[in-house]
Amino acid sequence: MSGRLLNIGLFVVLVAMALASLLAGRVWLPPADVIAALSAPDDTLAGLIVSELRLPRLILAVAVGASLGLSGAVLQGLLRNPLAEAGLLGVSTGAALGAVIAIYYGLTAHFALATPLLGLVGGFIAAALAFALSRSGGTLALILAGAAVSSVAGAGLALALNLAPNPYAAFEITTWLLGSLSDRTWDHVWLGLPFMAVGCGMLFLIGPSLDALALGEAQAESLGVNLKRVRLTALAGTAMAVGAATAVTGAVGFIGLVAPHLVRPFVGYRPGRVLVPSALLGAVLLLAADVTSRLISYNTEIKLGVITSIIGAPFFLFLVLSMRRRAP
Amino acid sequence: MSGLVASGLELTRGKKRILAGVSAAFAPGSFTAVIGPNGAGKSTLMGVLAGLLKPDAGDVTLDGTKLAQLSPRGLAKRRAYLPQNPRAEWPISVERLVALGLTPQLPFFGDVAPDEKAKVSAALVACDLTALKDQQATTLSGGELARAMLARAIVGDPEYLLVDEPTAGLDPRHALDAMSRLKARGEAGRTVVAAVHDLGLALGHATRVIALRGGKVLADVVAAAVDAALLKALYDVDARIVRDEAGVSVRYL
Repeated sequence: MSGRLLNIGLFVVLVAMALASLLAGRVWLPPADVIAALSAPDDTLAGLIVSELRLPRLILAVAVGASLGLSGAVLQGLLRNPLAEAGLLGVSTGAALGAVIAIYYGLTAHFALATPLLGLVGGFIAAALAFALSRSGGTLALILAGAAVSSVAGAGLALALNLAPNPYAAFEITTWLLGSLSDRTWDHVWLGLPFMAVGCGMLFLIGPSLDALALGEAQAESLGVNLKRVRLTALAGTAMAVGAATAVTGAVGFIGLVAPHLVRPFVGYRPGRVLVPSALLGAVLLLAADVTSRLISYNTEIKLGVITSIIGAPFFLFLVLSMRRRAP
Repeated sequence: MSGLVASGLELTRGKKRILAGVSAAFAPGSFTAVIGPNGAGKSTLMGVLAGLLKPDAGDVTLDGTKLAQLSPRGLAKRRAYLPQNPRAEWPISVERLVALGLTPQLPFFGDVAPDEKAKVSAALVACDLTALKDQQATTLSGGELARAMLARAIVGDPEYLLVDEPTAGLDPRHALDAMSRLKARGEAGRTVVAAVHDLGLALGHATRVIALRGGKVLADVVAAAVDAALLKALYDVDARIVRDEAGVSVRYL
């Protein structure tokens, strides 16, 4: 019951944050202008800012945040590891490597969406590799395979930076890696959103099986859970949702890790019930971070991934300490 | 043929032949204890009987149907399996943990219905857990957790109950309780198979005993027929079995 209340509360906060994100930015818009621009798009400055800049950015922020939060919750439940998130399986590093390859070869000059497209491909390859490497083994094999794939992709990233043809390319790669939602267009939305939607759909389907996994793998299997299928669905869903999210925004850390931990006590620690509030909270957190990045007026834009890390890392430390106090 | 029937089970892991041609039949209304030394293949046999491990050769049938031909969910509705030293991975409440035993009966997305709540309460009462129902499962003592897991296994009233080491880590009273609960399920017409190390408990409660050694069935007898000679052959120990009105006790010499 408190779980439903939590979902409603988070949804209300999300809507409020979404409205705020349409108003806030370098140019503050009065609510009346935003409403006018939403109801009847026109070519006024306010209309253009809302429909061409802030609305796609808002949609991406919500989709990316939900994807990260949801995949974190699913992977923590599946692997029964409180440190699990998409990064652990190599999906985000793989996506980042794909995108960086596009930047490295300057493909964006020929085709604007080359970066997110190659990012998606990278995420899929990483997930497929992790799955192939761990096919015969169980959960631990999956974690190890993910870590291995992640390290290989990380090595590729380092190599790309090392060999960058000129300082500008290196700069472009590093700033992209920091993660950002600025200058994202409807093209990014149409490219990323379908994958994130399908991926999230697959991840939601696993919920009931995650509940049974609270008893461990042997008992879950004895209760009729097809572990192989659940693992494959989780990995494919994560590859789609987080692969697409990383491909359009760059690496954004900590949301997938922290969101499930924050909501877990409110749903009685039931792994299946964590999914919906984690997705909602992930969206709220990412939106909040994006609005913050727009509001901090500094010479250089503070990137989205930097904000989530700066706030997320100390918070994670706090979580670890408080968990240690509570856990036996 | 009705009941749970294993025929010619073979299972090799690496170079070790863990099951070397095990055949046994488990009829409704029986409580079979599987005994044998460490590494005899008891847990593997339990896993194969539960349909969780695939034997290299031979098969297990449930009322004449091969386990491999049953859907995992269909099988889960009819048999419950409890592995050795089960653990709760999240601090869910004891009541939720027990309710998870109804997973195969529940619609895919949906909550526990009122009559299922009644089943959960009944299982909580049967396993002496009512006072603990709101406690987090990760904070239970070993004995309490074992009881909660047993309640989880019997909450759906399965026809077949396979339990691996139900008394491991339990104090004498709770070990006795656990065995009596299994015995009562057998008497109620269900099929119960348990791998047990405590021979006194096994011989005192089970109706039948299967002695396993080196992956082979050394003996498959009624519990009353187990004698010192069998224990000598099974464990290489000299033992004396005392049967009286208080039950069965085994003394090692």
